[in-house]
Amino acid sequence: MSLINVARTSIRLIANKPFVSARFFPKKSFSVSATTKSDKLFVHRDTPENNPSVPFEFTTDNLRRAQEIIKRYPPQYKKAAVIPLLDLGQRQLGWTSLSVMNAVAKLLEIPPMRVYEVATFYTMFNREPVGKYFLQLCTTTPCQLCGSMEILKTIEDHLKIKVGETTSDKLFTLVEVECAGACVNAPVLAINDDYYEDLTPESTIKLLDSFKSGKIPKPGPTSGRHTCEPKSGFTTLTSEPTGPGFGVRDDL
Amino acid sequence: MVDYFFIVAFRVIRPIFKGKANFATVQNPTPSRTYGNLKDEDRIFTNLYCRHDFRLKGALKRGDWYKTKEIILKGHEWIIQEIKTSGLRGRGGAGFPSGLKWSFMNKPSDGRPKYLVVNADEGEPGTCKDREIMRGDPHKLIEGCLVAGRAMNASAAYIYIRGEFYNEASNVQEAINEAYAAGLIGKNACGSGYDFDVYIHRGAGAYICGEETALIESLEGKQGKPRLKPPFPADVGLFGCPTTVANVETVAVAPTICRRGGPWFASFGREKNSGTKLFCISGHVNNPCTVEEEMSIPLKELIERHCGGVRGGWDNLLAIIPGGSSVPVIPKHICDDVLMDFDALRDVKSGLGTAAVIVMDKSTDIVQAISRLSDFYKHESCGQCTPCREGTKWLMGVMSRFQRGYAVPREIDMVEELTKQIEGHTICALGDAAAWPVQGLIRHFRPELETRMKLYASTHDEKELSKFSSAAPGLDRYTLSMV
Repeated sequence: MSLINVARTSIRLIANKPFVSARFFPKKSFSVSATTKSDKLFVHRDTPENNPSVPFEFTTDNLRRAQEIIKRYPPQYKKAAVIPLLDLGQRQLGWTSLSVMNAVAKLLEIPPMRVYEVATFYTMFNREPVGKYFLQLCTTTPCQLCGSMEILKTIEDHLKIKVGETTSDKLFTLVEVECAGACVNAPVLAINDDYYEDLTPESTIKLLDSFKSGKIPKPGPTSGRHTCEPKSGFTTLTSEPTGPGFGVRDDL
Repeated sequence: MVDYFFIVAFRVIRPIFKGKANFATVQNPTPSRTYGNLKDEDRIFTNLYCRHDFRLKGALKRGDWYKTKEIILKGHEWIIQEIKTSGLRGRGGAGFPSGLKWSFMNKPSDGRPKYLVVNADEGEPGTCKDREIMRGDPHKLIEGCLVAGRAMNASAAYIYIRGEFYNEASNVQEAINEAYAAGLIGKNACGSGYDFDVYIHRGAGAYICGEETALIESLEGKQGKPRLKPPFPADVGLFGCPTTVANVETVAVAPTICRRGGPWFASFGREKNSGTKLFCISGHVNNPCTVEEEMSIPLKELIERHCGGVRGGWDNLLAIIPGGSSVPVIPKHICDDVLMDFDALRDVKSGLGTAAVIVMDKSTDIVQAISRLSDFYKHESCGQCTPCREGTKWLMGVMSRFQRGYAVPREIDMVEELTKQIEGHTICALGDAAAWPVQGLIRHFRPELETRMKLYASTHDEKELSKFSSAAPGLDRYTLSMV
């Protein structure tokens, strides 16, 4: 045994000398995959604005709302309310800090870890502060076919930020999201809770400028469409809807 | 997301995709009539374009909540029989027969409550039909919850709405509040003596939560990671109780089917594919729109009649993804005469999915379009099963090289092999969904991939590509991941 160990040690010693190692121990011939930079950091690092000692309390109004939410689930499954409550906390603070997660855990009487797991899994919980207007641009295939990359460039150039960054006045944060579920109205930009649809570079700039000046435009298509009807006019549902009892079977 | 089916039904559907149809296998008879041209009076979603009041007053005027009490009093067997007669197949993507699925819930009760969960986590790229139902016709959905809930003897319904749909969720919540106030749901719903509650649960942005067991996990306040089955949700589902997960559209059409009768609904579309369906047509058409049409409408007619045709004319068409991002792409020569229903699209090795038609004209970089979908699946994989977590990442990497042509032709077969190793080796169908678009691309656009590689090779140093060549086969496994 000891002989083997001696041999091992000596090989290691030799190998550590650059000259020898280059000659007898060539660089490993396989490569590993490049580090993928996840869109978000999963590990928490304490920062001055995000650490467990930053106080956070739900307001009285939100506590009342929280109780209403908890009532929707069976009493022994209070935990089911964790996503709605995190959302409530995020709406109150503007983002989901560690203290928000801890407050939710306390309210639901579950270990904080169970809340952290959930908060890191779902993309809608911003674990870092975001601007007042949170721009979520859909760039998945249907939107991309309709020019969402052009919209992305327009926003980046107009606000002088890149994806994932916040403007210096803390007004706008831009992120790319996966399918927003409004493909017929592509390209789509969700600003906070509202969808702005049928965008063109011009209408995007107009939209951003009006947000900058503090006016919130009406959500929906910017092309003059009402919702998802064909823009050249209705091909269906042109007549008044039928009233109660139309076509109802006799035996009911 | 392509929802429930992704569980039971995808397992059933997979052999079909492989061409060995062992489910609904009857050879499709030649159509005896033409399909399409549905009349307005036969459309179920009369407020699809939000031109009318979505609230209770408007809904009553459009015929919702009419004789609901009588339907409830007919009992569960009657309702399930009507749904079976109507031939309704789940509208979330897998097309599992709804009547059959709902009947699984009516085993002898062991005292546990039963739940209906409505899947409104619509996130399948291309799909935007449930959104229109929720903001225009929320009362149809709530009435549907009551009728479907009664058919399963469920005590409550949870509507799981994706977090991004804030305004849509508000409309539904408003409708629920009105329905409670009017005594339509809650204790003694509609005066029928049946107690039924409806709750909303908003998600927080995860495509995988459209998978039925992931949705249940998420509803229980956990990470949305699919569960192994069995036990199926109909035995052990939400909060450990029997549960059925159904798509918004499936649930919302149920009251109208019961009112007008199963045979009325079955009179539309081909046999085994009956009914009306919401189609969302996006991409390179002149007028993208969502429209309710008869099942089995020819794809070409759907686009020409409602969307003003493909940009630059039908001949400018390159390919179409007929059912949301998860189904394989079909090239123009198939699009010319294919019918839009489950069986016809299955026969051309694609699928109806959620009937989200993504149209791509000749200006499209098809490799990039599919490569973007690979990015999507990589982003949305929950990370639970290795073939999916690692496989989607590799697919994304290789596809992005294919996009540039930075590869050698034999890698096309390697990627196809890779997709086969993902497909069917995961708990849920997200792995399959990630594999199919790439398989479709290889099946129909292989020459395009090869041309691109030739072009790249002719403009770049040969040495650069030599590491992918057969001269160093051992390297391939590793270099594949170097993007």
